[in-house]
Amino acid sequence: MEELKVRKITNGTVIDHIDAGKALVVFKILNVPKGTSVMIAINVPSKKKGKKDILKIEGIELKKEDVDKISLISPDVTINIIRNGRVVEKLKPQIPNEIEGILKCTNPNCITNKEQIRGRFKIENTSPLRIRCHYCEKYLNEVLFE
Amino acid sequence: MRHLISMRDMGKEEILEILEEARKMEDLLNTKKPLKLLEGKILATIFYEPSTRTRLSFETAMKRLGGEVITMTDLKSSSVVKGESLIDTIRVISGYADIIVLRHPNEGASRLASEYSQVPIINAGDGSNQHPTQTLLDLYTILREIGKIDGIKIAFVGDLKYGRTVHSLVYALSLFDNVEMYFVSPKELKMPKDIIDDLKSKNITFYEIEDLKDIGDDVDVLYITRIQKERFPDPNEYEKVKGCYKIKKDYVIGKKFIIMHPLPRVDEIDYDVDNLPQAKYFKQSFYGIPVRMAILKKLIDENQHDNGG
Repeated sequence: MEELKVRKITNGTVIDHIDAGKALVVFKILNVPKGTSVMIAINVPSKKKGKKDILKIEGIELKKEDVDKISLISPDVTINIIRNGRVVEKLKPQIPNEIEGILKCTNPNCITNKEQIRGRFKIENTSPLRIRCHYCEKYLNEVLFE
Repeated sequence: MRHLISMRDMGKEEILEILEEARKMEDLLNTKKPLKLLEGKILATIFYEPSTRTRLSFETAMKRLGGEVITMTDLKSSSVVKGESLIDTIRVISGYADIIVLRHPNEGASRLASEYSQVPIINAGDGSNQHPTQTLLDLYTILREIGKIDGIKIAFVGDLKYGRTVHSLVYALSLFDNVEMYFVSPKELKMPKDIIDDLKSKNITFYEIEDLKDIGDDVDVLYITRIQKERFPDPNEYEKVKGCYKIKKDYVIGKKFIIMHPLPRVDEIDYDVDNLPQAKYFKQSFYGIPVRMAILKKLIDENQHDNGG
């Protein structure tokens, strides 16, 4: 297998096994502070998935709620927290029961698409993923991000 | 603070409690004496969409209880035209009134309003989503006219795809025991899949059919809805199906069911059905008054209690 051309980080978070092509969406929802160094690898070879994306965020340790957000985009990711060049914690995302913000209601007639407010959603089923808007009570047709 | 936004927030116990209170209100109405149960209280009706019937029903209910009504319906001259957000409108009016009835064209508007209001909000229709007082008055009609809700057999007829009242009533009935449902509609207007899936997951007995003749003889309630012409891309299709679901006198005579309809009716029930004992749709509309009286009284009392009043 060809060597990955992404260097190791000393402190921070490595998000591995992201579904190929979805790293930029993951990056976007994490709201990483400006000025943070981030390495993104897209469509790199993977034993498990054939192809995958990787995201390495220097100097920032993701919290559980951030990790859970990622589950909506790519549920199979593995997340390693790195300190002094070593993996100190491994996190597995869990689909949350409720989400505030991040997503956008797909119903164009929903009040959240008319007034300046953040959406709120309930996850009623994880497989298949069924998300209901707290306001208009309709199921989302697809996962759209704010 | 308690609001009435969606049937999804309610359980069977709470529904039955409201229906029981409605019965007391109906008895009080029948005494024809003026009531002072909500004397000194103000209801604000805010209607972003016209609905004379629902608004008048709420206003009548409030006045029958001895309360006052302020109303905002003429949106052309209101702050809405000046671009005021729903949230601001609710914040202002909840400072004037003791309870607000809201109708809005966007789904979720009442839920949003309830998060910013200082007083209880009653949802009188949010787009295609919920109209819980209609559902409660439908349940009250069934209870009053059939004598029970558990174990009834009900046939929904007409537009089952877009009918908000039907979806909400089906959901509420699924909270009761052993209710059997027939869904009678043209293929184009069948019950949406998520409602069907929900009923299956709750093991509710239901039948999807196209011909009204296929409903059982033991059906207790025929719930008719209007088939709207604009739902059909092809006007010929509309002409083809509209006659199939028209309720005629000959069909009704001798049947044990009662006929309900959320009104307004166009031509789905012949006028000569109106005087048959099975026709309950005007009574159903009247029952909206005691049901809304019960809801107004309950929410205002609970809010007063919460505030130490």
